[in-house]
Amino acid sequence: MLKMTHLQMVYRTHLIETHALRDFSIHVREGEFVAVTGPSGSGKTTFLNIAGLLEEFTGGEYWLDGVDVRGLDDNARSKLRNEKIGFIFQSFNLIPDLNLFDNVDVPLRYRGFSAADRKKRIEESLTRVGLSSRMKHYPAELSGGQQQRVAIARALAGSPRLLMADEPTGNLDSLMARGVMELLEEVNRQGTTIVMVTHDPELAARAQRNVHVIDGQVTDFDGEPALRAVQPGFGTGDSGFDKAGVVA
Amino acid sequence: MFTYYLQLGLRSLRRNPILTALMVIGIGLGIAASMTTLTVMHLMGSDPIPWKSDKLHYVQLDNWSADDGYYDNGRPPDQVTYRDAVALMEAAKADKQAAMFKLSLPIQPENKELKPFRALGRVTYADFFGMFEPSFKYGGPWSRDQDVGHERVVVLGKEMNEKLFGGQDSSGRTVRMDDIDYTIVGVLDDWKLRSRYYDLTNGAFADPDEFFMPFSTAIDLKQRSSGNNSCWKSPGDGWDAYLDSDCVWIQMWVQLDSPTRLAEYKSFLDNYVTEQKKLGRFPRPLNNRLLDVNQWMEDQEVVSRDVQVQTGLAFAFLVVCLVNTVGLLLAKFTRKSGEIGLRRALGASRRDVFSQFLIESGVVGLSGGLLGLALTGLGLLAVRALYSEYKTVAHLDWTMTAVTIALAIVSAVLAGLYPTWRACRVQPAAQLKI
Repeated sequence: MLKMTHLQMVYRTHLIETHALRDFSIHVREGEFVAVTGPSGSGKTTFLNIAGLLEEFTGGEYWLDGVDVRGLDDNARSKLRNEKIGFIFQSFNLIPDLNLFDNVDVPLRYRGFSAADRKKRIEESLTRVGLSSRMKHYPAELSGGQQQRVAIARALAGSPRLLMADEPTGNLDSLMARGVMELLEEVNRQGTTIVMVTHDPELAARAQRNVHVIDGQVTDFDGEPALRAVQPGFGTGDSGFDKAGVVA
Repeated sequence: MFTYYLQLGLRSLRRNPILTALMVIGIGLGIAASMTTLTVMHLMGSDPIPWKSDKLHYVQLDNWSADDGYYDNGRPPDQVTYRDAVALMEAAKADKQAAMFKLSLPIQPENKELKPFRALGRVTYADFFGMFEPSFKYGGPWSRDQDVGHERVVVLGKEMNEKLFGGQDSSGRTVRMDDIDYTIVGVLDDWKLRSRYYDLTNGAFADPDEFFMPFSTAIDLKQRSSGNNSCWKSPGDGWDAYLDSDCVWIQMWVQLDSPTRLAEYKSFLDNYVTEQKKLGRFPRPLNNRLLDVNQWMEDQEVVSRDVQVQTGLAFAFLVVCLVNTVGLLLAKFTRKSGEIGLRRALGASRRDVFSQFLIESGVVGLSGGLLGLALTGLGLLAVRALYSEYKTVAHLDWTMTAVTIALAIVSAVLAGLYPTWRACRVQPAAQLKI
């Protein structure tokens, strides 16, 4: 589903080079639920940005669902992103002046579905996350857990092959977090591949496989789908703009 | 996607009403200032008789002093002498021809309840009505035979007929002017001229003529022109000396229905002046001109330099308003960087983002245009109230309404180009916590 081989990501200014990812290789198979962990600044956010086609890389190879993404122009990357990937963000990222229906509608609009098809997909997605009765509500009228459910509905509405989640429960209390995780697990059971960045060992433990990133490299991953506990104390929960391997 | 972007644009405008109001008011004011002056300039200079403006020609002959031209730049005088006007009329070499001058006469109403008053009219030939095509409400023009017969007939303007006869059909009745009775042969209907282009020597935006009478009749009655009169040497004493003088006071128009006829008439004029030179007249080099309606209006600067400068300043103001709008749009779109990043992550290409925000700019422009249209209406109302001479040209027509809206949208889209370009360059990864 997702295969990166010897991937390099170097940020350059006229003074310094910053190696965010170096010789980064990973293979996520179809239907897997992979948790990506690592300390702040380790490169996991850069990995997700590149994996989500939000950023270009400077070396190596990246194949997404059989498509070599090197050299794709903006239109092709946008189309691929829209068709193949659903995003779930820590801070939900719903558009505040759109109601739930219209929020879920956003990726479908860019996909070019007909109005009837969009309506059907939106209703199905919101029903799936248990919010079909609140389609005309605005994000501010919902709890955090409900907002994240809407974000999941938005991510699922276009039937993506891959779901990328960044700390999906980071802004939720434990009860809501459990609900969201159960939803993600159900989605995964129904065949959608999930890559989730988290610093929560308990969440990571629920994934089929853990990938640990340090200094822009995958340092430890189990090749076979299996539950594996992540060592506590990795990250701080800050998966902001990671930079590693600063070279003068 | 267009309707989707339109909906998003409208929603976005509602979201920040104060910012939206500032942009719309800015564009509205700029558009109103520029469109008010542009409308006046457009209507001042617009072709008053587009279906035949290239056929009507104003005749100019240079009979001025050998020592000193009428104009410094060598242009011939704006009017012709009585002798030349009559000679050209009698030669009748054009398809239609009409010499004319302005006349002011006291009117003595039949109705004793009305006080006598002075009215401005036009002394001309029967062809005038066929050339300039005013429409008649009652009756019709006098005939060429009546020109030749020096008959005391008159055509009344609509307002004069309203005043004297309450708007009734007065054809066949008489009107007393300067102690002489004239038979009314026709009454004009509304003749809405943006400019009185057939006599620019007496003000392009003067009031419409209130009556028309035959040239031969007025000359018989020794009626002097109330318009401009220029002489380069003394005309001598008496009426006959005046008619025989080189004073210019008559406007001369001809209708030439084809380029061939135009060339022939030009040749005829040159021959005429050459013959006159043999008689000791026309001491200057051959300098005849035949300008069509639009050329004549341009020559006479119907659209004055002042109006052009005002229009330029108004457009400069629009540019200032647009620069302000660029700043406001930049602030607005920068605030939406997060949403832009999100949309990019959800599949929007740069082109999608560009279209969305350009359409949002267009919506601002459309709103500004509608406000500008209303303000332009008020501006023109003010122009009509303050400058009565512009009352015929300070009106918004359909063309200028469409231009106003189009200008507003184009201006706002132009103003939105840079902010929109910036918006579509937003890096989604930098805006999203993923």
